[in-house]
Amino acid sequence: MDGSDRPYVEYRKVSKSYDGKSTVVDGVDLDIRKGEFLTLLGPSGSGKTTCLMMLAGFESLTSGEIRVNGRSIQNLPPRKRGIGMVFQNYALFPHMTVGDNLAFPLEVRGVDRKACRDRVERALQLVRLEGYEDRRPSQLSGGQQQRVAIARALVFDPELVLMDEPLGALDRRLREEMQYEIRRIHKTLGVTVVYVTHDQQEAMVMSDRIAVLRDGRIEQVADPETLYEEPQRSFVARFIGENNRLHGKVLNVDGEICEVDVDGEVVRAIRIAPCQAGDPTTLSIRPERVAVTPEPGLYTNELDALIEDITFLGDYLRIHVSVCGTSDFVIKIPNIVGHGALLAGDRIRIGWTPTDCRVLDPETEGEVV
Amino acid sequence: MSENPEQQIGRLKPGPRLRAALLVLPLMAFIGVTFLAPLANMLVRSVYDPVVADALPETLERLRAWDGQGLPGEAAYEALAGELLKAREDRKLGQVATRLNRVQSGLRSVLTRSARRLRNVDEGPWSGAMMNIHAAWGETGTWRALREAGERYTSRHYLNALDLQRDSGGSIVPQPEDRRIYLTLFWRTLLVSLGVTALCLLIGYPVARLIAHAPPKRAYLLLILVLVPFWTSLLVRTTSWIVLLQNQGVLNDMLVFLGIIGDDGRIAMIYNMTGTFVAMTHVLLPFMVLPLYSVMSAIPRVQTSAAESLGATPWQSFWRVYWPQTLPGVGAGSLLVFILAIGYYITPALVGGSTGQLISNMIAFHMQSSLNWSLAAALGGILLVCVAGLYVLYDRLVGIERMRLG
Repeated sequence: MDGSDRPYVEYRKVSKSYDGKSTVVDGVDLDIRKGEFLTLLGPSGSGKTTCLMMLAGFESLTSGEIRVNGRSIQNLPPRKRGIGMVFQNYALFPHMTVGDNLAFPLEVRGVDRKACRDRVERALQLVRLEGYEDRRPSQLSGGQQQRVAIARALVFDPELVLMDEPLGALDRRLREEMQYEIRRIHKTLGVTVVYVTHDQQEAMVMSDRIAVLRDGRIEQVADPETLYEEPQRSFVARFIGENNRLHGKVLNVDGEICEVDVDGEVVRAIRIAPCQAGDPTTLSIRPERVAVTPEPGLYTNELDALIEDITFLGDYLRIHVSVCGTSDFVIKIPNIVGHGALLAGDRIRIGWTPTDCRVLDPETEGEVV
Repeated sequence: MSENPEQQIGRLKPGPRLRAALLVLPLMAFIGVTFLAPLANMLVRSVYDPVVADALPETLERLRAWDGQGLPGEAAYEALAGELLKAREDRKLGQVATRLNRVQSGLRSVLTRSARRLRNVDEGPWSGAMMNIHAAWGETGTWRALREAGERYTSRHYLNALDLQRDSGGSIVPQPEDRRIYLTLFWRTLLVSLGVTALCLLIGYPVARLIAHAPPKRAYLLLILVLVPFWTSLLVRTTSWIVLLQNQGVLNDMLVFLGIIGDDGRIAMIYNMTGTFVAMTHVLLPFMVLPLYSVMSAIPRVQTSAAESLGATPWQSFWRVYWPQTLPGVGAGSLLVFILAIGYYITPALVGGSTGQLISNMIAFHMQSSLNWSLAAALGGILLVCVAGLYVLYDRLVGIERMRLG
């Protein structure tokens, strides 16, 4: 093609509206590199599945364009797109055996019987279900059915595989096992995977990059670490991992660092969102970046806090405190202080460095993720 | 795999199940009294007929010694004369004469006349006297017929229903050509039922699919449209077909008005096979649509999407993925329509004319007009065997446990 820099899948100003008034997907621009594992992450109603279905060809675009390998695919029916798809509830064909399910995409492509058998066997090996050819889907457990569904989406060697919340129906333990399994398969084959989920942990485990969606727009696209460490939007900060939020007003801006007035206290923080003195803002601090200071003066930001509740979680403690007029502030500290050192009702001093505290866009009150 | 919890509960607690079974008892009793008992009664009637044997016991006893050649001895004549007079007094002669007449037509008048005249005969030789009254008493066939009618248990009605009879030697031979009617009717019934089933499937399958995959609101409306005719009286529906299809009917009038056919070239669409076909297909269509709908609505739509994403053309997706999953519904609907069609009576009677009559109409004729209940029962028995055979065949091919009636 024209250079290896060219993204494999390109969303260009893609919008989707069912009724012509409200948009489900609103001007999405997204590049997906070849061989990449990209996850579309967002709460329900964020448009992530619609984005996926438009790529698969089961939903039409209201406006914009999607290109695969440089070619616009809007006018291709799903069967001509050559994209493997794993559906939410597997969508295995109940009247066929596992072997027949896997052979189906090969047979409709006119692959001869013997080659068919070989490839089915190899696909089953890949998902570690050798010897299950003659079972019916109903005779398999949920996890096994999921493996068959994945094998079926891969058996015809597509370059692009889409997965629509494929682990949603599995229990927790199995889900975690399958996450690593899917990651292993992706690494083995090197196919491009676009994965949809609302589970941020699942996205973190598997993805090369994650696109966080909200109300049909992309909030941020980045690798899991960046997304966690450097959220650009308060929604992302809240959605990925746990985050404490403090609402305040910008006092003054000095290059990268702002001073923010939070309920009478001055907090220094790193500026992410553009802002100027007088703007309302949201500060975000990870619970594990907040320390309980043994003596004052160690941190630039130090505040008095009241312990509301302590949860003992073995390797670490979760401490709920009241600070700066909010009682919804969590501190996570490793369990090195010892039993009984901190008690509910104690007054403590907490602190953090300005670079761990980010000034983001002001967030609407009462929003729930 | 382990048993599911429901099965375990069902096994562990027999109490509630027993109580639940009690609720079914009234229905079982109802079925027994109104369905199984009459059915058994009719089946017995098709092989068991004691009327002649009860009325002429001594005659039949005498005839047992007879070899079937020539004429029986004087003793048989004497016994018959006595028993005919007695039967006449007991007012049973009519029944006996009717049954004899069915074995050999013409014997009714022989019997009634003989019984009437025998009152004036006081002494033997009876053979001469009876032959004087009617020459038939001098014929071997008359006595054979008498002996045959006297059998309590007989296969005669079944043979008759299959256009067969016993010749003088007792072996089974076809009826003379001009008396064969039932086999033709059986074949016609079978073909019409198959045809109606095929038509219902052809029309019903797309309709069921449309309903099953429509958004709930529209599906509800469409289902009502299917059910409204289902709830309408059968007679009303059938007579509206008469209004539509008859020679001076709506359809013919329209064709003439549009100049497609001339006024003298009106198409005969009713009172023949066409009428039977059209009306029966219409009446039986819901029985095909409903089981199909039930099966189809259980098939997730994502299956079709999955097939498409795997590279299947719409036809491949339908034929390899969708159709096989609807087979239990196709089987159930077809079986239902076929079984109903094979016993269909009112519609062919109303719109079938003479060429559109089916076996059920013949059964009705024997029940109501000719009063030959034994033959009607035998015809019904054969029909029952056909249906049961079909059921077994379906069980073998599809498996009855996979049937979904809705």
